[in-house]
Formats: sequence, structure tokens, C-alpha cells
Amino acid sequence: MTTLIKNGIAYINNRFSRKDILLKNGKIQRIAQTINLDKVDQIIDTSGKYVFPGFVDIHTHLRDPGQTYKEDIASGTRAAAHGGFTTLCAMPNTEPVVDNIASVDYVQRRAKDLGSARVFVIGAITKKSEGLEISEMATMKSGGIVAVSDDGNCVQNAKLMLNCMRYATNFGLPLIIHAEDYNLSGKGQINGGKVATKLGLTGISPLAEEVIVARDIMLAENCGAQLHIAHISTARSIELIREAKERGVKVTCEVTPHHLLLTEEACLNFDTNTKMKPPLRTEKDRQACVKALKEGIIDCIATDHAPHADFEKAREFDQAPFGIIGLETAFPVLYHYLVKPGYLSLERLVEALTSAPVKILNLPESALKTGNPADLTIIDLGAETIFTPESILSKSKNTPWLNQTVSSKVLYTFLEGRQTWKAE
Amino acid sequence: MESTPQFVGRSLYDLDDYSSDEIMYILEAAKGMKEINLREYKKIPTLRGKTVCTLFVEDSTRTRMSFELAASRLSADVVSFQATVSSLKKGESLQDTVNTLNAMGIDLYCIRHSSPGSPQLVHKYSGKPVINGGDGRHAHPTQALLDIFSIWERLGNLKGLKITIVGDILNSRVVRSDLIGMTKLGMEVTVCGPRTLMPANMEQIYGCKVEYDLAEALKDADIVMGLRMQLERMTEGLFPSLEEYSRHYVLSKETIKYAKKDALIMHPGPMNRGIEILPEIADSAQSIIVEQVANGVAVRMALMFLILGGKL
Repeated sequence: MTTLIKNGIAYINNRFSRKDILLKNGKIQRIAQTINLDKVDQIIDTSGKYVFPGFVDIHTHLRDPGQTYKEDIASGTRAAAHGGFTTLCAMPNTEPVVDNIASVDYVQRRAKDLGSARVFVIGAITKKSEGLEISEMATMKSGGIVAVSDDGNCVQNAKLMLNCMRYATNFGLPLIIHAEDYNLSGKGQINGGKVATKLGLTGISPLAEEVIVARDIMLAENCGAQLHIAHISTARSIELIREAKERGVKVTCEVTPHHLLLTEEACLNFDTNTKMKPPLRTEKDRQACVKALKEGIIDCIATDHAPHADFEKAREFDQAPFGIIGLETAFPVLYHYLVKPGYLSLERLVEALTSAPVKILNLPESALKTGNPADLTIIDLGAETIFTPESILSKSKNTPWLNQTVSSKVLYTFLEGRQTWKAE
Repeated sequence: MESTPQFVGRSLYDLDDYSSDEIMYILEAAKGMKEINLREYKKIPTLRGKTVCTLFVEDSTRTRMSFELAASRLSADVVSFQATVSSLKKGESLQDTVNTLNAMGIDLYCIRHSSPGSPQLVHKYSGKPVINGGDGRHAHPTQALLDIFSIWERLGNLKGLKITIVGDILNSRVVRSDLIGMTKLGMEVTVCGPRTLMPANMEQIYGCKVEYDLAEALKDADIVMGLRMQLERMTEGLFPSLEEYSRHYVLSKETIKYAKKDALIMHPGPMNRGIEILPEIADSAQSIIVEQVANGVAVRMALMFLILGGKL
């Protein structure tokens, strides 16, 4: 199968230029000013459209095994393709938890058989992510995991966390942490601030995140672990990371689209699709996130795609589960609300969705380069996308952007030269 | 008296949805209702054929009785849903519960629930007007209306009056609704309690004063309101003992001296006598605590009358 993508504006080496791109045998065979071939299976004219390397999400909940009514590997990777993603890292908080090599094998095999995206597996830090005993990280590493994380949970015992870090480091595994001190977060529902007071909802203090960020930076500094902090949400957390980076600590972090775009004010109408962990914070925190992303203090964007079924989210606010989906909305909402009005460059957005996450977890490069796997997405920045329950391919529809229209539209996604998404 | 289109079919989630004129209109209507409650035959036929459902997912005998009496006195049919003996106990969702009730032809829901925002949810699933009878720590607008009504009736006006509310501000839905309503009508509100029981950003949100010292808080108060102090807050590490709380924040003959002479004494009930308030104050001539309860029925009658489009 050969595909020739003509006249697109291609993102190459952090710059845009008009190129023709030839995909053959799953690889990018040629990139040139002009390629003219008679014998190709498909020619896509992309005049005025953008060609990006496939996006990479290092924080996805595929819910498979165990909660396939919310999502499964087939639907989750289809949603990924719809959003321009070609590579995902699956979080291990499934049922059962991916804390052993058999579970790692299951996810990898299913993804290979059914997947519309490449899936890398993240193993648990502790057995069942209970925060009590170290998981068999080394065995899982030999099975292919790219990092360890107890995401959704947080190891509360500092001594155990230090040991987990030392052990993971021994086998060259980065640790991804969900920073949350349970005593401080308690039964909190939304950010501990003005809106929580007004709505009478229990608040989650920013301190719940910040004290663990501070703790784990100190632990990682002590033992030389590679620490990646998931879904950063507060201005103070960012300051802690900035200082640590200046000291040379091996720490990176990610931010979600929703923490870049929304604040606690979004919770005012009790929409359970504004309920997630960490919670939406204040405008000051949001602006700090955007600034830090621009400056590179925040390394990359990750979706924290967290599907929940309608009937679960249609509950009373404090009884609904935490989390929202993100794979299909990520690029369009970020382009619409950050890039188009000029708060963030398109180059930085694409970098934060491609080369930056790859670097953190040492994944195969996602770049438009001859010889690389033909992973790419074609986006029309001039078109529009509306997110409806029908248009969303994820099994779950829990997004605060439901029924909203934003600029830009993912037209095609290719995974190893195979078309995984095509807009109608 | 007659309802006006602006009220018909409208829900009451909290007082911020209602203008000061609208609140005053409700109070005027409540005045008329109170007169009915003083008659020998306390019943008028205005809501005959309408059905009111009290949907109480959180226990409350007093508020439920108040709503049910209000509906009965207007001749509406009343059905009572209590979570403790119902399908919700068996794991049915609120959505399914409301769908089921709605199929039976409910015209108005009065809901009490421990989850903030649940009245909005009941409206979403039923399409019917909903009166919030208390949702978690969020709001209790009928209590606020009856509080305001009680003050207005006694003192004749509201603007410029100073009220001090003392106690567990953090966990009180009454305070949140009182603050919205009272400040809207020009009253000056001071809230007082220990820092651990005081939520963040109170001044910014409500334009009230925050004091941690009782004597300071009571200065020049025209009205003093105590709040129920709940024992379970101790286990949450918010204060050490009821005795120590009482020593610093009890409303007594001695502490009430800091307020204006003859300041009105209020309490939303149920009271913990001897903890947040002493009997010498609760039962004094200054106290309007019992009147508050009577006014509650009148205010709820007025709301149902207006929302269901009654005519007198």
C-alpha cells in the first residue's frame, strides 16, 4: 500500500514547510518538495492542510481489562485515531491492575490485534496499586512496560515510595506519579476554593498535590530516580518543579488540556463532566500552567483520557466518578482556545504532543522523517469540529465540551501507513 | 392574592436566582398565608388537584412535616418519599427514582438530599419545578426565607440591620442561603466561629464580615443566630471538645450582652441546649426560635402557591 500526501504543510524539525510525503510499506519512504508518481494506491491532496507526526498520549485509561462498558482497547484506540493520536501509554488501573507480566501481555496482544493506535503499557508501582508492596517491575519491564505508575492512586508511605524509586531506577524505569495526599484531599470533590465554599462541596486543597510533588522531588533527588509528575494543576507545584529542574533533579511533568483551559468556575452548574482529579483550579493556576508549558517547565501535554459511562456521570455530583475523556477533544480544543487566539504557538502545541512526550518515556520517535513509521495525522485548521454523543468514538461521552463546536478538524490519521481515521 | 407569571413553574434552588423584589413578593405572600394558619379551619382550596412530592433522601422530620403541612393547607395532594424505606436504599439511582415518581403525575418536588446540586438533577430528570429543602452544605433557601420573614415581621424592615451568625459555618447550608438573601436585602451579616469551621473566601463571595472572637462579632448586632454544633466534627479533627467550643462560642446571658439590648435571638434548630445556646437565652423574651418554625409553614405555603399558580 502506497499513499502520496501532496501539498501539505508539514511539521518537520519544529518548523512548517510545504512538502509531499510518500508512505510505503508502513514507513515514510520519501519527503520532498514535489513527488510525482503514477503508481500509487492513494493520493491525498492536502493543499492548505497541516500534516503532523502522529500525536502521542502518555496518559490514557483504556479500561481494558475489567471495565469494558466504559471503554476497551478497540474503542479507545479508535478514539485516539479520531483525535490524531497514533501512540498511547495505557495506565495500569484496570481490573485487575496491570501489576504482572500476564496482564502486560494481554494489553499488548489485544492492542496489536485490534488497535487503531500503538499501545505501550505502564505497569503498577505497587501490587494492585495498593501502596503496600513493590510490584514485579523488572519482570514487567522484560515484558515491555515503558514506565511504572499507580495512577489514580498515590503511594502514601514515603519510605515505601523511596524504595519503589530505588528499585525502578535499578531497572531503568521512569516513575509516573499521581500526586495526592489522601489526608489532605479527603472526601474532596472540587478545588478547595471559592466555588467549593459557594456550592457547599468539600474542597481538595492544592496542598494535597503540592506536598506530594515536594516529597517525591526530594525522594527522587535522593536516589537519582527518573520522576514524571502526571497532570500538574497548581502554580505552586510548577514552582516546585522549576526549582527542582534548576537543581538538576531528573523530573518532568505533563499538563492536561482541561487544566490548560478550564477553571473551578466550570463546576458552578454542577456538571459532573467538570469533576476530575486533580480538580480544575483557579484562573491563576490555569495561567501558570499555560506559561509553564510555553517555557518548557511543563514538558508535555497528556490527556488523562478517563472514560466513565453516562449512568455513572448522571449521578449526584458527589457520587459521580472523577475523570473525563480527552483523546478526541485534545487537539481541537487546544488549537481553538490557545493557539488560535495567540496564547500558544502551533509549533509548541505539536511538540508537546509529539517529540516531548516521546522523550520523557524514551519511546520511538514520532516525527516526519524518512524511514520512520508512517504515523501521521492531517488536520484542517480552517474547518470545525462538533463533539456530539454520535461523533465521539469513545464508548463514553463524558466531556465538558460535549455539543460544543471548535475550530480545526482531524481529516486523516495513519498508523504505520494504515489509515486509522478518515473524516466524512 | 394571585401568583404572577414570573413565579409559575419556576424552581427554587437557592436565593441567588431570585431578585430582592421577588423575595419581598414571597414574603408578602407568606404574610397572607400566616393569617390562614391562625384560622380555626386552616385550609384553602387553591391547589386542589395538584400533587406535591416531598422527596427526602436525607432524613429530616421537621422540614418534611413543614412542607407537607404547607401543601395540605393549600389542598394539594401530598406524596411522601423517604429514602430510608425506599428503592434508593436498594441502590436505585436518583434518575430512576425521579422517572418513576414523575410517571405518577407529580406537579412539584420538594427535595432534601445530602448531595449539593441534587435539586437541579431532579428538575433535569422530571422537567417539573423543584423547591430545594436542603442539599448538603450547599443551600437551604426556604430556611433563609423563613429567617428573613421572621426578622422582617418583627422589626418591620431589613435594610441596615446587623445580624451575627455563630457556629459551624463550614457545614451550614443555612448560613450560605441566609448570606445570599440577607445581603441582597441590605442587611449586614457577620459570621463567627473557630477558623477550622470557617470556609475559605467568605468575605469575597458573600460580602460579609468574618470574626473569630464572639465578643467582637456580637458588637452592635440587632439579631444573633446560633447554629447547631455537631458532635461528628470532633472526629474530623476540627475542634477538640463540645465543652471547649461552648466555653468560647456559647450564646448566653453573659455573651449576649455584647449585642444590642433586646437583640432578637434565632436558631434554625434542632438546638443543642447547653452547647451553642443556653436555655436562659433560647427561651427568653428576645427569642423568636419557636416563631421561626411557624413562619416556615407560611413561607413554604407562599412558595407552593406562587410556583403552582394559585389564586385566592
